[in-house]
Amino acid sequence: MMEQDVRSLRHKTFLNTYCPYCNRSFNVEEKDGKTIIFNARYNGSDLQLKLSPYLDVFEMESSIPVEKDEILDALECPFCKKSLVKPDTPCGECGSPVGEITISTHSRLIPFYICLKYGCEWHGLTKADERKIKSKIPRQEMPEQDQKLRAANHQEVPYGYTSELAMLEASRCIQCKNPKCVDGCPVNIDIPEFIRLVTEEKFDESIKKIKERNVLPAICGRVCPQENQCEEKCIVGVKDEPVAIGNLERFVADWERKMDLVTIPVIKKKLNKRIAVVGSGPAGLTVAADLQLLGYSVTIFEAFHETGGVLTYGIPEFRLPKSIVHFEINYLKEMGVRVELNHVIGKINTVDELLEHFDAVFIGVGAGLPKFMHIEGESLGNVFSANEYLTRMNLMKAYKFPEYDTPKPTGNRVAIIGGGNVAMDCARTAIRTGSTEVTIVYRRSRTELPARHEEIRHAEEEGVKFRLLTYPIKFLGTDVNTLKSMECIKMKLGDPDDSGRRKPVPVEGSNFIMDIDLAIVAIGNDANPVIFQTAPDIDRNKWGNIIVNPETNETSKEFVYAGGDIVTGAATVIEAMGAGRIAANAIHRKLSQI
Amino acid sequence: MFQISRKQELAKGTIVRFDIVAPKIAKKAQAGQFIILRVNETGERIPMTIADKDEFAGIITIIFQVVGKTTALMRSLKEGDFIRDVAGPLGRPAEVEKIGTVVMVGGGTGVAILHHVAKSFKEAGNFVISIIGAREKELVILEREMDLLSDELVVTTDDGSYGVRGFVTQPLEKYLQERKEIKLVYAIGPIVMMKNVCALTKKFDVPTIVSLNPIMIDGTGMCGGCRVNINNKVQFACVDGPDFDGHQVDFNELMNRNSIYLKDEKDCMLFSIH
Repeated sequence: MMEQDVRSLRHKTFLNTYCPYCNRSFNVEEKDGKTIIFNARYNGSDLQLKLSPYLDVFEMESSIPVEKDEILDALECPFCKKSLVKPDTPCGECGSPVGEITISTHSRLIPFYICLKYGCEWHGLTKADERKIKSKIPRQEMPEQDQKLRAANHQEVPYGYTSELAMLEASRCIQCKNPKCVDGCPVNIDIPEFIRLVTEEKFDESIKKIKERNVLPAICGRVCPQENQCEEKCIVGVKDEPVAIGNLERFVADWERKMDLVTIPVIKKKLNKRIAVVGSGPAGLTVAADLQLLGYSVTIFEAFHETGGVLTYGIPEFRLPKSIVHFEINYLKEMGVRVELNHVIGKINTVDELLEHFDAVFIGVGAGLPKFMHIEGESLGNVFSANEYLTRMNLMKAYKFPEYDTPKPTGNRVAIIGGGNVAMDCARTAIRTGSTEVTIVYRRSRTELPARHEEIRHAEEEGVKFRLLTYPIKFLGTDVNTLKSMECIKMKLGDPDDSGRRKPVPVEGSNFIMDIDLAIVAIGNDANPVIFQTAPDIDRNKWGNIIVNPETNETSKEFVYAGGDIVTGAATVIEAMGAGRIAANAIHRKLSQI
Repeated sequence: MFQISRKQELAKGTIVRFDIVAPKIAKKAQAGQFIILRVNETGERIPMTIADKDEFAGIITIIFQVVGKTTALMRSLKEGDFIRDVAGPLGRPAEVEKIGTVVMVGGGTGVAILHHVAKSFKEAGNFVISIIGAREKELVILEREMDLLSDELVVTTDDGSYGVRGFVTQPLEKYLQERKEIKLVYAIGPIVMMKNVCALTKKFDVPTIVSLNPIMIDGTGMCGGCRVNINNKVQFACVDGPDFDGHQVDFNELMNRNSIYLKDEKDCMLFSIH
């Protein structure tokens, strides 16, 4: 970390300080842009400290005589007069006793170390202290909508960082020389650099840095499972909570959009080559953006009447506002990407027909064939696949029924079978559409829940119940064939299975009945067969997923590439984007040679 | 946006025929396939079987009965108006080949779909016997068109106001008894009708294909709303069908599933009146 950065960080941290007890500002002033004036009390008398950019004291004004060395023995809040000092910590650099002044910044408690020993080279914070301070700044959570209020609306739950919170969180990044977070990112965003730019309040440069690698930052900042990707690798996270990379990405993307600073890149050189992209989900959008930027003419074919794929039909409004999805896709359209809606490839056009008009085809159609449990009563009305439930609610806006015509599936007591993010989305949607009791039914235990921790926490806060180690074996209907209950069996965890997770086994005789009137089956998807009905020459594995060359993502059919869930099975938005990036690069390489 | 180039009201306005300008779909559509349409921004997605097509004019035809809010809204559209979204052709086409004598059985609006399939069977060189039924004389549709393409045609009405009195199953039974050369029965219409036809043809051991029209949203296999029970296996009507071996369909389950939204449908109608 550059000396300059350390200074600016200290400066900013100190600029906004409060008493941790009475929460009043220390009235810190900045005179010449460098000096900080810090009002406090010493042994019952007012004391004014003038701090240099290094935060060492270079001038003091006090009604009673005081030595610099003594300040930390008895520093008090000027208002509530409580002591701010814990005088037993040694300076990491010179070893002399250093006071630990406890102050708050941004209403959060931060123990702030400062060495005032005259003669210590650092005259203030040492490098070690710097790290100590950073490790003491807790991970900044995003302000969120009130739990009770949000359970009754469809607005987004977190509000996002303010500039101050973002800069404070960004300051936790220790700017590793060999950053592991970048390896954890499927599209290899230069994470330390974009975060450094945030600490300097250069949000515009920061978002540009992200956009070099990621075309959909506002979306990824919201729905990427950062805890398993970049943040999992974060070095700060080894001992402490990792830097909130996703929240920061979201912040700068939102900032750029709100400030109306988004500019459409100029495409310098137009190539006379055309690319067809099948599916407008995250994989397809990435391919489209990358290749359009390189000068290709890209056309996206989307089966639905709206673009976005899973971002539109799957992820609910309160987790990813559709206005953001529209905004990001509009950005691509303004770059010149063409979008053909209502085009089910495999039906209206075959892949072969596309190849007659396009130089390469990318297939990113997603998984999209819901799995069922194949148990008795699963065909009863009010037993839905998660896909159907979410598509009705999100794409068709059934939650606004009858303003919108698509009927809304409702129930008082709702069971969602499955423990992934999709299950949480269903549960939280059910809560918001008036269900009184919503329960997640999952066959493994809490530690195996595949959903993101944040989603599980949000669901719990909103009142979703969890029935773990439980599996349904039968749906029961009334005499008019509407769902009335579900017979379940308790499970226990046995030996690990192929996935490495402990396999759930039924506990005999533990059957019980759950009264429910709406069930949502959220146990994943198989590969959708539609496109292959007219393209049998694209090789697929035994699960129906496309087989690709992992270096290029090219399929067994030349000039046809694929990526996303149709290749990998259920995965994440950013992984799909990573796959799109690989394909886009490979398409460019291949077409450049022709 | 897809323009309605021609509109025609049939059966006292309870059934409406639209010709829709959709050249790309018309080029590909085959008998038995369907489209998904959405009338306007707040509309629902509903499946409609393609009743006919004109590849050269770039037109597809749909014929629908006015049963709910969306179909009522569609009836209110005029020639020259637009339908916001049309996606298709979806589903597997009917398997049409020359096999000899086939019986085409259609009830109510099902005749509209049957017409397209019957035409294909005739063009493939089969001997086509058609039986079409309706509740009463005014509700009989496409009689002339069916007559033109059929080698023999029987019309039935429930109340006897036209043609043979009774259900389509009565003349069908007679044919099955008298004409042993019948190789295939194709039945499209209300679920009860298809169920009864299948019960009958099973007795005579004549293969029977039915075209199912369950609740659907996307029409591409994604939602699973159209799941039907075929020989105790779950299949999706949109990607595995809509045509299935009628002797293996669980019709009772289909009836239950299709009645899920009857109450909502009423609420929605009331809402639209207000």
